Amino acid sequence: MNMPGNPIILTEQDVTMADPAMTVNQTNSSDKIKMTARDVKVFYGANQAIHGVNMDIIENEVIAFIGPSGCGKSTFLRCLNRMNDTIDICRVTGSIKMDGRDIYDPSLDVVQLRAQVGMVFQKPNPFPKSIYENIAYGPRLHGLASRKSELDDVVESSLRRAGLWNEVKDRLDQPGTGLSGGQQQRLCIARSIAVSPDVILMDEPCSALDPIATSIIEELIDELKQNFTIVIVTHNMQQAARVSDRTAFFHLGDLIEIGATNEVFTNPQHKRTEDYITGRYG
Amino acid sequence: MSNLSLIVLLLALMAIGYQLGMVRSRRVATINPQQRMHSRPHHYGMMVGLWAIIPAFFLLILWTMLAPNVISSMVAAQLPAEVLAQEGMTANVIMRRISNLAGNFGIVAEAEPWELAAAAYMQQLKSSSAALLTGLMAAIAATGLFFSYKKIQPQLRARHQIERTIKAVLIICSTVAILTTIGIVLSMVGETMKFFSFIPPSEFFFGTTWNPRFSTTGVGEGSLTGSQGSFGLIPLLSGTMMVAGVALIVAIPLGLMVAIYLAEYAPAGFRSTAKPIIEVLAGIPTIVYGFFALVTVGPFLADFGASIGLTIRATSALTAGVVMGIMIIPFISSLSDDIITQVPKALRDASLGLGATKSETIRKVVLPAALPGIVGAVLLAASRAIGETMIVVLAAGNSPTLTANPFEAVSTITVTIVNQLTGDNDFASPQSLVAFALGLTLFVITLLLNVVALVVVRKYREQYE
Repeated sequence: MNMPGNPIILTEQDVTMADPAMTVNQTNSSDKIKMTARDVKVFYGANQAIHGVNMDIIENEVIAFIGPSGCGKSTFLRCLNRMNDTIDICRVTGSIKMDGRDIYDPSLDVVQLRAQVGMVFQKPNPFPKSIYENIAYGPRLHGLASRKSELDDVVESSLRRAGLWNEVKDRLDQPGTGLSGGQQQRLCIARSIAVSPDVILMDEPCSALDPIATSIIEELIDELKQNFTIVIVTHNMQQAARVSDRTAFFHLGDLIEIGATNEVFTNPQHKRTEDYITGRYG
Repeated sequence: MSNLSLIVLLLALMAIGYQLGMVRSRRVATINPQQRMHSRPHHYGMMVGLWAIIPAFFLLILWTMLAPNVISSMVAAQLPAEVLAQEGMTANVIMRRISNLAGNFGIVAEAEPWELAAAAYMQQLKSSSAALLTGLMAAIAATGLFFSYKKIQPQLRARHQIERTIKAVLIICSTVAILTTIGIVLSMVGETMKFFSFIPPSEFFFGTTWNPRFSTTGVGEGSLTGSQGSFGLIPLLSGTMMVAGVALIVAIPLGLMVAIYLAEYAPAGFRSTAKPIIEVLAGIPTIVYGFFALVTVGPFLADFGASIGLTIRATSALTAGVVMGIMIIPFISSLSDDIITQVPKALRDASLGLGATKSETIRKVVLPAALPGIVGAVLLAASRAIGETMIVVLAAGNSPTLTANPFEAVSTITVTIVNQLTGDNDFASPQSLVAFALGLTLFVITLLLNVVALVVVRKYREQYE
């Protein structure tokens, strides 16, 4: 059993090289790989939503998933913290490892996994509780703070890291649902930071926000990557270009291309990627 | 002719008018080929049919409401003056005796000759009133039919007339529903005021003894009528609250667990079968529950109590409450299930995404979010429990004593209303009138509960919109 952070890079690299048919995962040997996906297929009942995706996710990078609607990018994202388990008819095959440990291993505690892989959703979904309670929810669940003062510290530092502290510090007891859309989304980010995950999954976090709130969140993502690995699904290609280090293009359930963001956008290897990012398709 | 046969005749007339109107409109159309008819033939037919019956129908309603009063005042005017001057005989009692005689119902004591004469006069007035009504209705219906028939022209907007009629019918129906509610409340208030003229409100609302004695029709002063009993509400109210409280203690946990299981855990197929089956519980006639309580639950509870050293009466607040609790489970489970299902999936996802388990998510996110709605469901169930009668009549022991022990027999407001209004009663005595005061009290309690429930539920509804 690998503890988080154990060096497992070599094995993962071997797997990548041993399979030439797989999509190229441009990773340098100096990068530390956080998660690996091999031949991941997802079925909704009889429909196959994802046809075998291989991918490495590097520690402390921002990786963006782009692609037209229904291409499977959100579905794949939800495989990474097993949120698809909540959908009865959904079935996942293949292997997804995090720090070398198969997250679909039956002996793995999915609750622990989700504490390590946080998630921010498309629509801001604060609990109908106070701002303080929203942040304190996760730490309370996992017993991360034993005293009230510790919990206060966690709440404050999470809100600070989400850039929300100055706006809400005087009204922590107000309902989180009373904030503006952009503030709610940052509250949700703070909420997932509060359980100190390794990876944060963001499923179109800005699609319900106005441009100013969007740019604040994008700046926040830039800061967060110091401490977290961030996987972001976005419909907005400018956003992918602005925030991400690497970009993965999905189409009809296939991972078509993955590479450094500037290369994918300036010199795409595949015709479909080029069509999509130049606006001829999708 | 009876009102029922009049109505049947009116409907037949409507069918005839409909046919006539259709035929006529077709003929008008062929006579004026250059002009397009404004409406379709069936519109004209319906218009003629409606004109034939609606005015006549209004006459029928008016007549039915006014005629009895007119007749009885005409009869009263004919009564010998010395009869009215008699002691102890109010005009009401006399008129009731006369109309019972006229309707061939029995009355107490031998009928006096003047009473028989008045009854005969009343019968004669009634039959002539019926004949007059039939004649008038026939005339009005014929006039309406004839004029509307004549009015059929290409320009006539029969279609719009029908629209207006439909709107008017809808308005009248809703007015009837509202006025009925207001009427019931007002009549209860009126009777309650009469009761309070015998017994002061303070004695009723704060009295701790319920012992109303008996009343008998047609007996004068000096008997056990009048304000000799004690009419204290408190024992009844406490009994009602105790039974309803036991019912809620049974129903809230069970109903809520059922709702949580159905909404969160049960597979869709099981849920769609189980939910209607549970809802059947609310559809079982309450007398069946009462019987079940009396025959099965009561003795079982008494035996069980004896086995653990408690004295539980077979008919007690506990028995009635437990059975009533089973009855109201579906009120709580079904409403709560709907409300829990309405909690957005985004909230569950947020909680699961933070590493909460399913039951943690339910306890800490779903239930708090659904709480206002669940409170509304509980309040609705509570008002149902407070108004429930039959189970309590059979299973609560009918003993209007003030006790805090749920193992003792109690009585409730509803049971007491039944007791006070069944049997041979004088409806002017406080023993009967108290039923209205009790009913009004019950009505106000359940109304308040329902209003609170509605406000709470509405507030909840706004939360996610």
